[in-house]
Amino acid sequence: MTETLDIDLDPVAAAEPILEVRDLTVTFPNPKGDVRAVRGVNYEVRPGEFLGIVGESGSGKSVSSMAVMGLLPSTAQIAGSIRYRGQSLLDMSDHQMSKLRGREIAMVFQDPLSALTPVYTIGEQISEGLIIHDPSLSKEAANDRAIELLRIVGIPGAERRVRSYPHEFSGGMRQRAMIAIAIANDPDLIIADEPTTALDVTIQAQILDVLQKAREITGAAIVLITHDLGVVAGNADRIAVMYAGRLVETGGVEQVFHRPQMPYTTGLLRSVPNLATAGTQRLVPLEGKPPSLSNLAPGCPFAPRCPIAIDRCREVEPELIEHGITGVQAACHRADEIARGDLSATDIYPRPDPVATRVKDDAAPNILEVTGLQKHFPLLKGAVFKRQIGTVKAVDGIDLEIRAGQTLGLVGESGCGKSTTIGEVLEMVAPQKGRLVINGIDVADLNKRERLAMRRDVQVVFQDPMAAIDPRLPIGEVIAEPLTVHRVPAQERSDKVAEMLELVGLDAAMAERYPHEFSGGQRQRIGIARALVTNPKLLVLDEPVSALDVSVQAGVINLLEDLRDSLGLSYLFVAHDLAVVRQISDYVAVMYLGRIVEYGESDALYRQPRHPYTRALMSAIPVPDPEVERSRERVLLTGDLPSPTDEISGCNFRTRCPLFSLLPDGDRQQCLTDDPRPRPVEGGLVACHHSERITELDTAT
Amino acid sequence: MGKYVLRRFINYFILAFIATVTAYITSSSFMDPASRYRGQNPPLSEESIRSILNGHGTNPEVPVLERTWDWLTNIFLHGDFGTTVHNSPVLQEILVRAGVSLKLLLIGSIIGAILGVILGVWGAVRQYKASDQVVTYASYFIIATPTFVIGVILMIIATGFNNALGTTLIRFSGDYSANIDPGFIPWFTDQISHMLLPTLALVLMGAATYSRYQRSVMLDVLASDFIRTARSKGRTRKTALVKHGVRVALIPMSTYFAYAFGTLVAGSSMLEVVFSWNGMGQFTINSILQSDINAAAGSVLFVAVLTLMASTLSEVLYAALDPRVRI
Repeated sequence: MTETLDIDLDPVAAAEPILEVRDLTVTFPNPKGDVRAVRGVNYEVRPGEFLGIVGESGSGKSVSSMAVMGLLPSTAQIAGSIRYRGQSLLDMSDHQMSKLRGREIAMVFQDPLSALTPVYTIGEQISEGLIIHDPSLSKEAANDRAIELLRIVGIPGAERRVRSYPHEFSGGMRQRAMIAIAIANDPDLIIADEPTTALDVTIQAQILDVLQKAREITGAAIVLITHDLGVVAGNADRIAVMYAGRLVETGGVEQVFHRPQMPYTTGLLRSVPNLATAGTQRLVPLEGKPPSLSNLAPGCPFAPRCPIAIDRCREVEPELIEHGITGVQAACHRADEIARGDLSATDIYPRPDPVATRVKDDAAPNILEVTGLQKHFPLLKGAVFKRQIGTVKAVDGIDLEIRAGQTLGLVGESGCGKSTTIGEVLEMVAPQKGRLVINGIDVADLNKRERLAMRRDVQVVFQDPMAAIDPRLPIGEVIAEPLTVHRVPAQERSDKVAEMLELVGLDAAMAERYPHEFSGGQRQRIGIARALVTNPKLLVLDEPVSALDVSVQAGVINLLEDLRDSLGLSYLFVAHDLAVVRQISDYVAVMYLGRIVEYGESDALYRQPRHPYTRALMSAIPVPDPEVERSRERVLLTGDLPSPTDEISGCNFRTRCPLFSLLPDGDRQQCLTDDPRPRPVEGGLVACHHSERITELDTAT
Repeated sequence: MGKYVLRRFINYFILAFIATVTAYITSSSFMDPASRYRGQNPPLSEESIRSILNGHGTNPEVPVLERTWDWLTNIFLHGDFGTTVHNSPVLQEILVRAGVSLKLLLIGSIIGAILGVILGVWGAVRQYKASDQVVTYASYFIIATPTFVIGVILMIIATGFNNALGTTLIRFSGDYSANIDPGFIPWFTDQISHMLLPTLALVLMGAATYSRYQRSVMLDVLASDFIRTARSKGRTRKTALVKHGVRVALIPMSTYFAYAFGTLVAGSSMLEVVFSWNGMGQFTINSILQSDINAAAGSVLFVAVLTLMASTLSEVLYAALDPRVRI
């Protein structure tokens, strides 16, 4: 593993690398077997280059970059070499490293809420980085520079905002501030560890934009660590795929995305729902889970999940070498065959057939009917004498319907009212305003007993399968719990549990095991089994795959599709990932600030979105295809989601609306004064006065 | 802010009132003030005992609620908290003794808190190393030892120390010496030599418990992302811990300060008895031993006011330390 990677063909390749990582291994000692988090990683970064490191959780991608920063805990055993401009970083003391950190190498972290010290102002935290490296700088000068930096990363009112504390910033603004800290000393290398994972897509697009801008201004090389192939496709020059502590494939983005040589890369690319193709074909699941790093079997760590593994794969771990195509290296014994074209992606990962053929029945009865649903929360102030100072319009009059056997996707940014909507549906009591009809029965008419009976018909699957399952109960009891509530006898319960486990693709004998013995994907299957155990008619799916690793998402989505079609279920599918929603939904409702701004058949809505917000949402989603990404024109939204307490006259989207800003003054008047109600536009419902002029956005950008 | 503080004070007034009245009613119901006079030689007549008790307002023949009412009207109309069994006004006793107790409590709890914070941070940074283990075991030893035992052990050590020096450098009886030379310096050295042992005992108690809490809070903070961010900016591990870690780890300690204060008050009462200080602690314990209802109720009022002040202080500290709760 000592070959160097001479990869790039563009001009930057000529320059000397600023960062060279050779044979890096990181081991965390553990009495139950040392965890070998990084096992021999080689890569280099040239000045101004954008390298994307992709991998699932636990692949070692963060650990290897923390090793570069010298920020691993002292228990970590690090071997190999990390050279920055020829200096060996591993030989440096913490004191020497601290001179480099922030000035030469900067880092942007994942969760901007916990990554900023809560007790200091944003300005103080930016100035701190400046003064550490230049003690002669006065406080005033540092503060002025902090304001300038905040302006560069696009924070409005920087003079005022510099005195704000982190908790007064939104997630996107905090991440901008993090980038401001990173670029403060004009570094040559910025390592960004999942910088957009905790953010909404529209904010993610803004942050990636800022990151690109930071690269232009500072000329720094960027190492972007992510699990999102789409983010890499649109931004990086080069990609490195990590699996089980090793790099398994590296190369230019175009080459790797179009002709991956390592089956793992192929599987990842094929398993991700693509906004362009979703819904037309089934997803290709990448079965299995990454191996435990404390107890690796010999051979290729991917072999147990690899559909084309041969005996040699289980004996010898392949090296990362070129296989006939210059610039792309893959660690696979069969990469030669793949590179020659003897094994195509469809041979390795054939698309599975659906379990049942599906007929969409638009005459089927409605399972769920929501009309004019409203949920306002009073905003109170004062501890003893509470007084109302405003209203949070979480859900502000929405209409939905779901027919038997169909799926409605509900999408929107966080804070748009998705969760409140499903909360209202699941609560099954008369809403503040509007009507909620489940299965033909108005929930306002239910008494306590009838409501309990109806709960059998509506079940829910939650977002985080790690948190939603009691870790102290064997999964058999977890799944049987809804039946206990409905007083089903014990024998019947255990039969039903076995049946459900089989149904979701788990072994009935697993009922005695505890949740920690299962992987994330398996736990979500347990969550689905728990929801299905009462034979419901409607399943509310609250972000069911967003907490899962990309490789297992496809399997869970396929399972949900199969269950819907074979059991005739209806889904209310809530998600922020538009590609996933397109994959599974018949109808889609787009929510913004408690309102539904666009509603329509999934195909039509995705093909031709009619509301400027839907447009912006879609263009914000990165597509895992470098060519598409680069040729795409983006409609970037400015700013954050307004607070739901703000009173916005007229259309509540106009403050961020890209179309509004293009309109001549006369046409704006309507947006300023009239609140648009959903109106039919070409088969869908759109809440926009100027929906017909949506194409002006295309010509403008 | 002004309104907030005013509301707080009304709240505290009510709480202190409830605590004191409850103390008065319970001690009136369970204490037998007459027993003190019955065993005297020559015996006192029932008639004179009754008149003494009536004088104190503690005659058990009068219904408890009626006595409570009288006691309360005296407080609110005349500012009179009744008299002790030694016929001195309770309020005056408290005012005289409060200074003695506060001297011990304030100095002891502040030094104890600071030392506890330092030891806790130090232990967390050096988790599981020998120094951390020593502090941990020493702390548990002190927490598990009754206060008066600590006091007595310190006295034995001090005696040995004094003997070795051949002069009484450390004094452990009373809170001042009767015959000292005039002037500030003799007074000051006298104060130090009296205060050293009880203050040390209180500091040890406080530091032992504070350090446990501070250590666990600090361990949480050490794992925080913002420490990593501070280091990524170019801070060394040490300065990142001090500037960002300790500062954040102090926030929950301000709440704990209010809780711990109660234990310290109890501890210092024992210490006053052990070191024969004429403070409120001794006053409280004696009032119970002598079935002195008025004095007991007065003592409870003193402790209640102290505790409420400590909790206000901890809230102010919290707001000062944490910008997220400022109003």
